[in-house]
Amino acid sequence: MGTGYLALTDADREAMLAAIGVASIEELFADVPEQVRLKRELELPPPASELEVERELSELAGRNVSTGRELSFLGAGVYDHYVPAIVEAIVSRPEFLTAYTPYQPELSQGVLQAIFEYQTVICELTGMEVSNASGYDGATVAADACFMAAHATGRKKIAIAETVSPQVRQVVKTYAPGFGLEIVEIPHSGGVTDPEALLAASQGAAAAIFQQPNFFGCLEPAPDLARAASEAGALAVAHVDPLSLGVLEAPGAYGCQIAIGEGQAAGNRLSFGGPHFGFLAAKKELIRRMPGRITGQTVDRSGRRGFVLTFQTREQHIRREKATSNITTNQSLCALAGLIYLSWLGPKGLRELGETCLGLAQLAKSKLALPLAFAAPSFKELAFRLDRPAEEVVRAAKKKGVNPGYPLGRDYPGMENVLLVALTEKRSPADVERLSAVLSEVLA
Amino acid sequence: MSEWGELPLIFERSKAGRCACSLPHYELPKGKVPAALARSEAPRLPELAEPDLARHFSALADRNFGIDSGFYPLGSCTMKYNPRLNERLAALPGFADLHPHQVPEDAQGALELCFRLQEALAEISGLDAVSLQPAAGSQGELTGLMLVRAYFADRGELGERRKVVVPDTAHGTNPASVTMAGFELQPVKTDARGNLDLDDLRRVVGPDTAALMLTNPSTLGLFEENIARVAGIFHQVGALLYYDGANLNAVCGVSRPGDMGFDVVHFNLHKTFSTPHGGGGPGAGPVAVRRELEPFLPVPRIVRREDGSFALDSEQAKSIGRVRGFLGPFGVFVKAYAFIRVYGPALREMSEAAVLNANYLLSRLKDVYELRYDRLCMHEFVLSACALKREHGISALDVAKRLMDFGIHPPTVYFPLVVPEALMIEPTESESLETLDAFVEAMRRIAAEAVENPELLHEAPHDRPVERLDEAAAVKRAIVRYEFGESAPASGQPAAST
Repeated sequence: MGTGYLALTDADREAMLAAIGVASIEELFADVPEQVRLKRELELPPPASELEVERELSELAGRNVSTGRELSFLGAGVYDHYVPAIVEAIVSRPEFLTAYTPYQPELSQGVLQAIFEYQTVICELTGMEVSNASGYDGATVAADACFMAAHATGRKKIAIAETVSPQVRQVVKTYAPGFGLEIVEIPHSGGVTDPEALLAASQGAAAAIFQQPNFFGCLEPAPDLARAASEAGALAVAHVDPLSLGVLEAPGAYGCQIAIGEGQAAGNRLSFGGPHFGFLAAKKELIRRMPGRITGQTVDRSGRRGFVLTFQTREQHIRREKATSNITTNQSLCALAGLIYLSWLGPKGLRELGETCLGLAQLAKSKLALPLAFAAPSFKELAFRLDRPAEEVVRAAKKKGVNPGYPLGRDYPGMENVLLVALTEKRSPADVERLSAVLSEVLA
Repeated sequence: MSEWGELPLIFERSKAGRCACSLPHYELPKGKVPAALARSEAPRLPELAEPDLARHFSALADRNFGIDSGFYPLGSCTMKYNPRLNERLAALPGFADLHPHQVPEDAQGALELCFRLQEALAEISGLDAVSLQPAAGSQGELTGLMLVRAYFADRGELGERRKVVVPDTAHGTNPASVTMAGFELQPVKTDARGNLDLDDLRRVVGPDTAALMLTNPSTLGLFEENIARVAGIFHQVGALLYYDGANLNAVCGVSRPGDMGFDVVHFNLHKTFSTPHGGGGPGAGPVAVRRELEPFLPVPRIVRREDGSFALDSEQAKSIGRVRGFLGPFGVFVKAYAFIRVYGPALREMSEAAVLNANYLLSRLKDVYELRYDRLCMHEFVLSACALKREHGISALDVAKRLMDFGIHPPTVYFPLVVPEALMIEPTESESLETLDAFVEAMRRIAAEAVENPELLHEAPHDRPVERLDEAAAVKRAIVRYEFGESAPASGQPAAST
């Protein structure tokens, strides 16, 4: 037997079998009927040493072009922001890394307090009153929000702006049949959502979902959209970029009842799309409709402050088929990374970061001699209109070591010539100059 | 009484003007946000210098307990050792700094890793096709039921096939997933041996049945001895069988869900394949299906082209769609694949060790705690503290809390629901005989203390940062975020909860 992950010696095994009163390990499987047993070895590559596995996987990793190997302006939902060393140092602590869900609060005060702090930070960012402990990602929390809204309003229709991330809309549509929901998309107008169109689409809807900044990088008239949703009697749900909230208004301050978003940009590496975390926050009257874990503050027998998982009667292990959701495992460690990161930034850092993104976008607008696809203001992503298919331009620019962005035609028919360029603080003014030079060459 | 002091919240350590962050300061034009969209009041994020940030989170870590801290026999959660190699590999820049929108030509290594993991999971489950997309076990369940739904919709039978049969021993996620997928729950009983009650099953299964959801071995740690007959009952009426992979750690290389007759399986990579649970996630819940269900799998699919390269295929007309962003929790896939590579076909030895460890504990504890179903167990077993409760007023919770005083994480308690005062114990393959013996010693001593000194148990744990917490008060007070203490929130300022 090859692995060092097993501790039993031959002598241990003999002694244990004797204690059990069986002659062989085989006898322990006596209840497995003969006809369903596997009568051969699993056909898997032979066991490998740690060194060999590292070599093999390093070779696979080496075949990927990561952001360190090209100058990348890819965003479109997942962003290459800097992850400070302190974040990874803390989430590597085995007491966090190797723990299960905090079912036993006396052994889990560390993670429970961290979740409580995380909930507070998410509420502060979004202007909401309650937050859960995290959802799977920025897409599934949108489905969660639909479910909450449907229960809160008794309505079955969901209006969602076409400018919301395509993946988010796809996930909502996948969940819809099980929930019995009808999904209506609101077409954009000049890259943003028209409040009148949202009002019309939201009649009889449980929720109206929009994204700020939207998938095209444009700033939506978010307060007007929230007002239109409320006018139609629908809950206003904003899908927001957490790192924009130092410079952009909190959804809770402009009338949204639910705020959701993808937390990756806060302290989590790209990792080819996951694991990351979704956040879900709401006004307090929605707490009993909320899916997922929630940590609450309480006291022990001696009156000391402590933290526990709370409002558990919403959850599947108690309510079973009547639960608000089936979720148990969420994204605790990724959310912890988010908490550490946002604590590292502080209010001043968050604002500074937002201003840097705004400044880089402003610089890119002036340096790239290209027309913008939409006139609306932006935060950290810009949609440029090219004179040829963006896919072609991406291929040509990549040959010069620059990945210039995301072709919007992949999701939006008719936008084949539109390139979405993301700017984070990891791209310097010199990088923007280089992007500009490479695009000029490619488009010449 | 514990030596631990109360730990301040990070907001209580905060002081205006401090900042840990270090950001580049470029010469940039000023970008503007229209006044109507601009932030009116700054969020009250913590303000600390980095050294204090490090100490705060270190102190929190000190108040937590992981598998590296000690024995963690949390039934049904498969708390095995998390090899550190896997962390190193997932952090390789070629994986961790790879953007999910990278063109497939420049992400071949990542796609190949996903593809190889799919192949391994297909072989381990004995099924034909795999989607890695679901984010966790519960999402795997839901995805599986969505596949069942799509399968029957495609056959024009969804109108009749309303019911999903779930045994009374099932995890709460199963019935919750049934509802979320738009089906009706049909419970079924467990018989005196801990198997599905076949008479009850025959009574409830009919033309309105869509599927069975079964965990095998069950949450009682017992292998379903009649599995072939059970599969026959469902397949005979055209219904499907869904395998909840929570307990797959018992049977890797021994018996495959596909060979048992299951049509859909979900895996918990964070259980069976050792990826760390992180205090509540991330997990990963891939699903495997029989060929007939493949067209319905989530998109994009990861496929191998004729030239040997890997690509993403979103052109699947019958697909249920996307259940999560991108391809799934890729970093978790790296860790799980590395674990599978270390073992290879010896995964069977992993399962054998897990089953041996569990049976050893069972044999040494069943004389002091009750065992409702007296059979050999698989990777876990369920004892009951009923007698202690009846005779000495000691509950399963008291036993659990007292174990903490021995440096042991408690088992899962009060589950499954069919066993009163349940203690569900899963040692996993990772543990040495010495660790198992120390647990036996502690459990036997606790049983003795229940007679001699019950107060000691009622008051446990004794040396943790907090004593038992008032959960009812938590619901009543509903403090779910820090209260900053201002009496009247400034305009535009988020209101503190009350």
